[in-house]
Amino acid sequence: MVESLLKTVDIYKSFAGVQALKGVSFSLKPGEIHCLAGENGSGKSTLIKVISGVYAPTSGHIEFSGRTYNKITPIEAINNGIQVIYQDFSVFPNLSVMENLALNSELADNKRFVNWKRMRKIAEESLSKINFSIDLDLDVGSLTVAEKQMIAISRALMFNTRLIIMDEPTTALTKREVQQLFKIILKLKDQGIAILFVSHKLNEVFEISENFTILRNGEKVAEGETSSLNTDQFSYHMTGREFEAKHFIPAEISKKPIFEAKDISLSGKLEDISFSLFKGEILGITGLLDSGRSELALSMFGMNKIDSGTFELNGKVVKIDSPQAAIENKIGYVPEDRLTEGLFLSQSIADNIIISVIDKFTGKAGILDNEKREKEIKLWVEELSIATPDPNNECQTLSGGNQQRIALAKWLACNLDILILNGPTVGVDIGSKHDIHEILQNLANKGLGVIIISDDLPEILENCSRVLVMKSGKIVSDLDAKTSDEQAILSYMM
Amino acid sequence: MKTNFKNIGSYFKKDQHIKRLIVMIIVWMLFIALTKFNKFYSLLNFQTMAAQFPEFGLMALGIMLCMITGGIDLSIVGIANMTAILNAFLLLALTSENGSLPPYAIPLVFVLAIVIGAAAGLFNGLLVSKVKIPAILATMGAGELFRGVCMALTNGNAVSKFSRTYSQLINNKIGGIFPVQLLIFIIMAVVIWFILSKTVFGTKIYMLGSNLKAAKYSGLKTDKLLIKTYMLSGICAGLGGMIMLANYNSARADYGSVYTLQCVLIVVLGGVNPLGGKGKISGVILAIILLRMLETGINRFPHISSYYISLIWGGVLILIMVLNYFSENKKFTIKNKAA
Amino acid sequence: MQTSLPFTIKRIFRRNEPYVFLVLLALCVLIEIRSGQFFSPNNLVDISSALVVPGLFAIGAFLVLLSGGIDVSFPALASLSAYATTKLLLVMDYQGGILIPILIALLIGAVLGAFNGLFISILNLPALIVTLGSSSVFKGVMQGALNSKQLTVIPIGMQEFGKSSLFTATNSISGLTSRMPTSFIAFILVAVAVFFMLRFTMFGRGIYGIGGSEVSAIRAGFRVKRTKFMLYVMVGMIASLAGVIRTCMMQQCHPTNMLGMEMNIIAGVVLGGTLITGGRGTLFGCVLGTLLIVIVENSLILIGVPTSFKSVFTGALIILGTSVSAYQMMRSSHSQREKLLSRREVVNEN
Repeated sequence: MVESLLKTVDIYKSFAGVQALKGVSFSLKPGEIHCLAGENGSGKSTLIKVISGVYAPTSGHIEFSGRTYNKITPIEAINNGIQVIYQDFSVFPNLSVMENLALNSELADNKRFVNWKRMRKIAEESLSKINFSIDLDLDVGSLTVAEKQMIAISRALMFNTRLIIMDEPTTALTKREVQQLFKIILKLKDQGIAILFVSHKLNEVFEISENFTILRNGEKVAEGETSSLNTDQFSYHMTGREFEAKHFIPAEISKKPIFEAKDISLSGKLEDISFSLFKGEILGITGLLDSGRSELALSMFGMNKIDSGTFELNGKVVKIDSPQAAIENKIGYVPEDRLTEGLFLSQSIADNIIISVIDKFTGKAGILDNEKREKEIKLWVEELSIATPDPNNECQTLSGGNQQRIALAKWLACNLDILILNGPTVGVDIGSKHDIHEILQNLANKGLGVIIISDDLPEILENCSRVLVMKSGKIVSDLDAKTSDEQAILSYMM
Repeated sequence: MKTNFKNIGSYFKKDQHIKRLIVMIIVWMLFIALTKFNKFYSLLNFQTMAAQFPEFGLMALGIMLCMITGGIDLSIVGIANMTAILNAFLLLALTSENGSLPPYAIPLVFVLAIVIGAAAGLFNGLLVSKVKIPAILATMGAGELFRGVCMALTNGNAVSKFSRTYSQLINNKIGGIFPVQLLIFIIMAVVIWFILSKTVFGTKIYMLGSNLKAAKYSGLKTDKLLIKTYMLSGICAGLGGMIMLANYNSARADYGSVYTLQCVLIVVLGGVNPLGGKGKISGVILAIILLRMLETGINRFPHISSYYISLIWGGVLILIMVLNYFSENKKFTIKNKAA
Repeated sequence: MQTSLPFTIKRIFRRNEPYVFLVLLALCVLIEIRSGQFFSPNNLVDISSALVVPGLFAIGAFLVLLSGGIDVSFPALASLSAYATTKLLLVMDYQGGILIPILIALLIGAVLGAFNGLFISILNLPALIVTLGSSSVFKGVMQGALNSKQLTVIPIGMQEFGKSSLFTATNSISGLTSRMPTSFIAFILVAVAVFFMLRFTMFGRGIYGIGGSEVSAIRAGFRVKRTKFMLYVMVGMIASLAGVIRTCMMQQCHPTNMLGMEMNIIAGVVLGGTLITGGRGTLFGCVLGTLLIVIVENSLILIGVPTSFKSVFTGALIILGTSVSAYQMMRSSHSQREKLLSRREVVNEN
């Protein structure tokens, strides 16, 4: 029996009377790859912070290699070989690769002066630990997400590390990069380093994990070997709800397409893209991160100006060269990054919903017609069952799922014909994800043409009637979702 | 009117910042009432105050608008002086030998002030929206440029000796009570209040200020909105310049050079978030009133140097920020803990 | 790994400094051609002399901008500290050398800087607002509490320091002479010290780190609050030094004539390539940018541009300079992918 590396025993943590963790115990062996899963607010990040010493537990204790701590300071955590890699990798975009690699350990050694030669040596050494090579003098800001992650991993290995905690490590990676990451993770495992993944969805991370722990509302609801867990069980443990996996079958699809793209090209990004969208269907567009799927969406919404090709709406050529033009042509776009592109977090829920149609509520001389405005707001708050006591509250008071619904409501208020969604459920927990899918399916049934852009293949297969697969700026395949499966789509994507 | 009262009441409850400003004004007024009642509470004193603040009050309104969009306008003083100097030249040309002005002169200079202010604001707006220079730098550079134009036009000398009619008219009191400067300020303040709270444009610039990218994705014409905002700010500054022209009865390139920072201070004190998206005209007007009253009140204590006012301004600004910090942190920790 | 030469050059030209340098050079050559006076020894000395005070201010403003903050209080801080120092020494009837005045000023500067640092670093209040407020407070203390008036006589030690020079340059044609003030050494010393601090101390790297990402800096183990606090103390000291030097050079203490310098100083720093959002910029660029502003303000008269046109040129320069860097930023974000690809190629070649 191998002694456990880390053990949390009956950890409780409360903030001003609110219990964030209720008696969570779990353990990790050296070299174990473990996945800690839970929805937003389940307590998983609180647990991580207790382990890494940011929070002191209200009761319970942590055992590290047999030593018991009632609470642990961040420094003790590091000295015990715990390293956390956050989702943003905590890098300095303005500094060189070398400094990003070396600064942390220099600081830990309490160095007051900078020795550039030594820094270069440290940097080279740390990169060699994972056999990664990159120009040390580049600014980290110019690297790809995967490269930044490699920097963060190499940096974490500088400290006699025995446990690396990684927060959602695969979210922004391409498939190939994920494979690369996993190779390195396995190598670390061979060196006896344990990995704790933190995740809120069933994804690649699960494939490579040996064991899992699932939290819900601050309690441990399931643990065991990953191989024994399937999707349905996972969803059930995460949410406490059962979901019927049902495939979307459109009620009625128009004969003529409502929207057609013909030979769309955008230099270096898109090449001769042609496809049609029919009323009442949900069209999936998928591909790797660099396949051009987002560029295509942005072109349809007028954010990218295309070099050649035409868009046709109900058989008529339309010019879409700005978001305004797209909206005038009844095309809406829900961006991928809800927080920075989709919502006005510090403004009211009400204004977020009506901002794109606000011009409709004007009387003479641009004066707001408050009655009309409030009627519209009330309509959408109810229609999408947005959980808020007062639509005049700030948008940031809402949960992620509710925020995503606001991002939808904004476009539904526009009375669209076509709705494009880029990664509609990224960062949304399973319960809300299900609800959002239901909303999209209802919309299609009401006669909207919906386009979902996503690399979440189960999402695509479940909701879409047709799937376009993109690769290197081209559409490489047009599949019928009913007769297709993940493997087939993947083979076109790679 | 009734609804307005209700609004004020709910403001008072909801907005801690506004509440603090009102409390400060009341405390100060009580203090003055107890110590220097006769010297402060006179019609004349209030008239004087009302005539003094509109020149920088207008500029502060301009900065407020820009700050709501997440920008700033540091060129207001430059615009004000440029407007004043150009109009001073015009008035000089129109002044007849017996020192009178033709009847169309006054409306003409005001129309011109609006045009010059709007043009200068357009320039700022283009730099900020199309050239994408950070507002603080763009307007700083433009301000320096406008000041340069003023210097080049006047060689640094004052332009005066135009008909006194203009100055007399603006320094008039309507019905013997109501200063014209105040009237101009009120008209502009009402226009801006109306724009911010009753028009689509107002809602849009708040949205734009809180997230420019999301505004683009929502189909707002962000460049146009920014340009219009800076034009409005320019118009405010232009009118401020016209009041300066009347109050000094002359125009010069370096008049009011302390107003830039002073106005930013007022706007921030009024609760406008320098990062954009938040801020109410009521807060800014309260801040203007508070500062004017502080300054005038201090002047009633002859043995205290009037220069202390600067100390008090800075102190009040920092004090309010610290109070906000502690009240927000309290709120924040509670919210955090609940989550 | 050796990077190829074309790539290194490309990288250099992605920075702002070479452009500023070229503009500076072009301006100098233009003035020289039109007037024949620019590269004369006395003009160069005059410019160096004019650079001392703005240069010191600029170094302080540069450090603050680098850390992601902004400081508009330094002219008021410098005025207060120079005035208080001079007044104190006059009251004490101080007869000694320059060392004590400078030490007193540095001490006052540190205290005033700590006032800024307290609110900005400990309470995490926005730097613009705090320094706006403190600027007003400093002015109030100076004009109200100290009842400042112009001091036409300054202590003898300061007088002598102000008059002393390293050498005198003579224009062989016009016969005009210019003194290189001793205070130029102070500027050089501060610049060198700051250069070493930024390049070779963890404190200096911490300033870059905080400017790049404050969260990352905290996680990396930088003591962010302490670093920021120390930074504002240091900047207060540098500004105070500039204040005293200016008083010495002018041979009198005028409490208000430094006020209002902040905008042009910050503009110069930004022209030199320092990002207003923090994290990027070099001391060399900062000095270049300041020099550019100083030359425009001092030397345009040599080519017959009347002094009243000074502001037109400064304003135009700020607008042009900032639009160039705005354009560069736009282009770099547009072509990030291409850059990435070309970099890959370069790396592969080696």
